[in-house]
Amino acid sequence: MDSTGTDVAGVIPDLMDSPAHNEDGTGGMHMYIPWWGDNSKLDFARGYHVELWGGRGMPSYGFMGGIQNYNDLFLNRPKGGGGYGKQLKEDYRHYYGSIVGLSGRGESIAYKDNYCEIDPDVVDEWGIPVLKFNYNWTDQEYNQVKHMQESFRSIIDEMGGTPLWDMPSKEDGYGITNPGQIIHEVGTTRMGKDPDTSVLNEYCQSHDVDNLFVADGGPFVSQPHKNPTWTILALSMRTSEYITDQMNKGNL
Amino acid sequence: MDRREALKRLSLGTLAAGFAMTGCKTVSEKAAQQHTFWKHVTEEDLKKWDAQFFTDHEFETVRQLANLVIPADERSGNAEDAGVPQFIDFMMFDRPENQTPMRGGLKWLDLQCSRQFDNNFIDCSEKQQKEMLDQIAYPDIAEPDMQPGVNFFNRFRDFVASGFWSSKQGIEDIGYKGNQPYDWQGCSHEAMEHIGLGDKG
Repeated sequence: MDSTGTDVAGVIPDLMDSPAHNEDGTGGMHMYIPWWGDNSKLDFARGYHVELWGGRGMPSYGFMGGIQNYNDLFLNRPKGGGGYGKQLKEDYRHYYGSIVGLSGRGESIAYKDNYCEIDPDVVDEWGIPVLKFNYNWTDQEYNQVKHMQESFRSIIDEMGGTPLWDMPSKEDGYGITNPGQIIHEVGTTRMGKDPDTSVLNEYCQSHDVDNLFVADGGPFVSQPHKNPTWTILALSMRTSEYITDQMNKGNL
Repeated sequence: MDRREALKRLSLGTLAAGFAMTGCKTVSEKAAQQHTFWKHVTEEDLKKWDAQFFTDHEFETVRQLANLVIPADERSGNAEDAGVPQFIDFMMFDRPENQTPMRGGLKWLDLQCSRQFDNNFIDCSEKQQKEMLDQIAYPDIAEPDMQPGVNFFNRFRDFVASGFWSSKQGIEDIGYKGNQPYDWQGCSHEAMEHIGLGDKG
C-alpha cells in the first residue's frame, strides 16, 4: 500500500511584490485543516491531509524554474511568458514568494488483489532478485484525488489566484501519483492472528519461523495518509521488548 | 576558497576536511580516492572539479548569453558578476543529463545565427543577438521551427536563475531574509499590510 497524492499550485497576485521579510519555516507543514464539507455526500471513504508550500524560500538550485509558464499572469504581456533581460530580472522580483502550493496525501484502501512478488527478470547490484509490485488504484482513490484537486483549486480561486496547470482529466487519473511515489509503501507481510491470512503475529514475529521478525513497514494492515515511520518505530519497540523477554525465557 | 574548492571540500566530508585543515591534505585525498569515507567520490570525480566541460567557444557563448538573460541594473550586477558561467559549467558535470541538450542548444544557436546573420552568436552585434533571442525567449509566440531553441532557452534561463539568485548578490537583491540570526517577531507588519491584513499584525 501507499498513500495517494496529488498537487495544485497557483500564483497569488496579492503576494506579488511583497516587502522583504523572513518566511523560513512556512513550507513543508503537514497541516490539518478542519473539515468543511458534507461527509454524507462524499463518493470515497476515509480522508486526506493537506501540505502547504510556497513562500520566500532560500534561493537554491531550481530557484523559480519554469518562470516562462507564469510570468505573464497578472501582468500585461503581449508576447506571453518567458523573456530575458531587464524585464525578466524584474519578474523574478515581482513573483518571488507569490506561489502557493497544496499537496494532498490520502488514505488508500488495502486490496487483496494488490501484491508483490519476486521479479523473475531483474536483480539488484548484489545479484539478488528485486521485488515486483502489482498495484492498481480503484475508484475509491481516484474519487478522493478528484476531491483534492477540486478543493485545492477552489482555495486558490478564493485567494484570487490562478492555478499553474489545468485540472488533470479522468483519463489522467485526476493527477494521482503512481503507487510508491509518496514513498509510504507498507504492508505485504501483514500482521494478524490467523496464519492463513497473515504472515506475522502482533509482535511482528513470523507465524512459520519463530526466530524471524519483520521490524519495518511490512506488518501494516492499512496505510493512512501520514508518514509511517513513527508507527514503524513503535512496532519495532514492541518487537524488541518481546524479543528480550522471549530470550530471557529461553524461548528463542 | 573558490566554488570548486568548496564543493570539493564538502564532498570529502567533515572528517576529510578536518585532516585538510591540520595540514594532512594528501592523506585525506588519498583516503577519499580509496572510497574510505564517501563511496561516491572517485578519483575521476576529484579530477573533474579541475576540468572545464565547455569548450572555450561554448564557454564564451554561455557567458554572453547569461549576461543577456540577467543584465546588471541599479540593484545588482549581471550573471557573470555572480559567477553564473562557471556555475553552469560545473552543473554539466554535476547533472550530466544536461550535457547533450546544452551543447546541442549552443550549437543550434550558432547555426541559426550563421543562417540569419552570417556569424556565430558571440560575433553577432548585441542587436542581432537580441533579435535572435526574441525568436526563442517567448514560448507562446515562437514559430514552430524555433522550438529546439525555445526548449534550449527555457533550460538555459532556469540555469541562469539558479546560479544568479543563489549567489551572494542574488540573495541580497531578491530580499531573502532567512537562514541568519534573527529576532523573530512573527510576520512583519509591512508584509501583513501588503495583503490587506495590517490590522492583524
